[in-house]
Amino acid sequence: MACGNNCSCNNNNAGNQDNSRRDFLVKGLMGGIGAAFLSGCSTNDKAKHSDGEKINVLTHDGKLVTVDKSQVANFKPHISEEDVRKGIPGKKFVMVIDLAKCDGCGKCTKACNKMHYLPKNKEWIEVIEMQDSPEVAPYYFPKPCYHCDNPPCTKVCPVDATFKREDGIVAIDTDRCIGCRFCMAACPYSVRLFNWTEPVKPNIIETTPAAENVFQSKKGCVEKCDFCPHMAREGKLPACVTGCPMNAIWFGDANEDAVTCYDGTTTRLSQLLEDGGAYRFMEELGTEPRVYYLPPTNRTYNAKEIKIEKE
Amino acid sequence: MENLNPEIRNQIENELLGTVGRRYRQETFWVIFLGLVCAGGTIAWVIQLRKGLGVTAMRDYVSWGLYISLLFFFVGVSLIGALVSCVLRMSGAKWRYPLIRIAEAVTLSAIFFAGFMPVLDMGRPERLYFLITHGRIQSPILWDVVAIATYFIGSVIYFYLPLIPDLAIMRDKLTDAPMWRKKLWRWLAMGWEDNLLQRRLLKKSMLILCIVILPVAISVHTISAWLIAFTLRPGWNSTIMGPYFVFGALMAGTAIMILIIAKLRHGYRLEHYLTPKHFNNLAKILLALTAFYLYLNINKYGVPAFKMAKEEKAVLEDLFYGKNAFLFWFTQIVGLIIPIIILSFKKIRQSITWVVAASVMVLLGALINRYLIVVPNMLHPFVPIQHAQHGYATYNPTLIEWTITASSLAGFVLLIILLFKPFPVITMWEVIEEVEKRGEKEIGVENIVNFQNIPGHAS
Repeated sequence: MACGNNCSCNNNNAGNQDNSRRDFLVKGLMGGIGAAFLSGCSTNDKAKHSDGEKINVLTHDGKLVTVDKSQVANFKPHISEEDVRKGIPGKKFVMVIDLAKCDGCGKCTKACNKMHYLPKNKEWIEVIEMQDSPEVAPYYFPKPCYHCDNPPCTKVCPVDATFKREDGIVAIDTDRCIGCRFCMAACPYSVRLFNWTEPVKPNIIETTPAAENVFQSKKGCVEKCDFCPHMAREGKLPACVTGCPMNAIWFGDANEDAVTCYDGTTTRLSQLLEDGGAYRFMEELGTEPRVYYLPPTNRTYNAKEIKIEKE
Repeated sequence: MENLNPEIRNQIENELLGTVGRRYRQETFWVIFLGLVCAGGTIAWVIQLRKGLGVTAMRDYVSWGLYISLLFFFVGVSLIGALVSCVLRMSGAKWRYPLIRIAEAVTLSAIFFAGFMPVLDMGRPERLYFLITHGRIQSPILWDVVAIATYFIGSVIYFYLPLIPDLAIMRDKLTDAPMWRKKLWRWLAMGWEDNLLQRRLLKKSMLILCIVILPVAISVHTISAWLIAFTLRPGWNSTIMGPYFVFGALMAGTAIMILIIAKLRHGYRLEHYLTPKHFNNLAKILLALTAFYLYLNINKYGVPAFKMAKEEKAVLEDLFYGKNAFLFWFTQIVGLIIPIIILSFKKIRQSITWVVAASVMVLLGALINRYLIVVPNMLHPFVPIQHAQHGYATYNPTLIEWTITASSLAGFVLLIILLFKPFPVITMWEVIEEVEKRGEKEIGVENIVNFQNIPGHAS
């Protein structure tokens, strides 16, 4: 009696449940993209009191019924180790960064650090100042993990701790990482960070496997930008996208050919790439990044104010 | 040549067995000193294990430092066994016989520490067994693990095989040794009776092993070179790395070999066995290897320097006239050019003192060169380093790192000394057999047939 989603409620270890109580499959009426990930099962129907709010749910035999919201538990699908390694089915995540819009405010970094409980000295998305040659104007360059389709980092991992998922994400399993740092040497973009000392742990409990944890820092293990898979499972955007008031970062699904930015505008990915003259960073390395850049033409900020830090 | 007089044979054996278990004051001093350095390193390691790799100066940009440099050094030095036992054998150099066991001991010690260095460098050493339970054969680290393990086992066997007849001699001769030792020798000698069949089998297995171990040895160091050559980094992204590492390694190994036999010659009073001929011949090999290594260096640095492509430029400028210029030019001039010049003179090659001096220079250069291969490249990635926190854009190894590095080198020397202690350092049966067959001159030994009692030596 599979409920058809990532939910593995059949073999859930909750012993007090029986089949008759799990007849509901909730089609969550959530806004935004990818709402199909949210699914739920009814759990306990007598303990909850009614607050009058109704919700439409789909039963396992295909009928749409209206029930009281309190009948449905706030259920998060159980995600197994296998689900995490495979990725979100049917998706191919992609990011587009519009360099013309990025004014280097660093709010993407701040939002990311807040989301992942990172201290100030760690930056999963780093905004650097770029100047391609001495006479051309500099520009700001947000640098997340590129989640390459031909990732040099996963190739060298001796224990499969960092791996490429079917949804395009390059993830790290910090329960597996042995801390050899070969992936850091292999990454040409210097994206990966290492926990040289014991990180400060936030006061949260996470039940997902390590590779989809929100807080990924573990002493002696590698970490990096993970494209916020825990948000994507709920059909939400990564922290950097929702943190960018300039609408410079777009995130979405290449299979759907749709990307969305901060203000909720959803546009066709192929159109955006075509119109913007998109390119990928250091294409010549053959790493096939999943992050596209739109060149810094018609900047919305004063480029002359940018100071490039010399080595 | 005819067989040696049994009495002379007896005296040779007695002389060579004289070093077994014997205490030398200088040696005891070194064992204690090196042991103390190792103890210090162990304490430093415990601190590192408890506090994490944060106690080192390695950070996100320079994520590999002294430990990995030393890994490359040790893997490299371990090639000396293959050079002496295989390459010299195949080139028909008969003077190799007195050197075989020394070379294999150096190899064993080096490959042991080569296996140990990555564990020191791991963020999570307690997960080491994941390499077996979750190992992924696609990763060059797995290849390295397999190659180092294979080479280690091969080297143990190569150390053991020529030892069997010597163990039988010890079993038969050293009758006043403690009971447990005699039992151990008897067990290890595996019933060696020195008959024709046993000799034929032993020689055949040594020949097979010699052929098998050479590709293993070369693969071990080529794979370590690939650890960096397989990355997309300026300076590392180069096809020359395999041969560059292998020949640099043979060079460093030969220098270490010269230094060790120079120490043993007087320390163990083996003047008749480790003679100027050995130094002269090893010096010739060292000359050839340093010259070839200089040629490889010109290719490795000169070719990209002519083009000065954007990414390579930063690394090369750092080496040529930047922060690492002193070390770089030291390795090129003191580590290669000066040794090449002085070893080119026949007179100098025949002087043990000069050969030793050249070896010290080559060895120092080789050690620094390992560091220069690893660290400067990590400081110049494709994406320029910006807004780096304090200590992230530089690499100044901490006391903990220096202590662990020093104690690894100390442990390497200590293990060599300890391998020399329970066995004669010269392969007795092979040297005697070859002297009988070809005469002293070709083997490089002097005056062992016309045996003169060396003062202060037990007989």
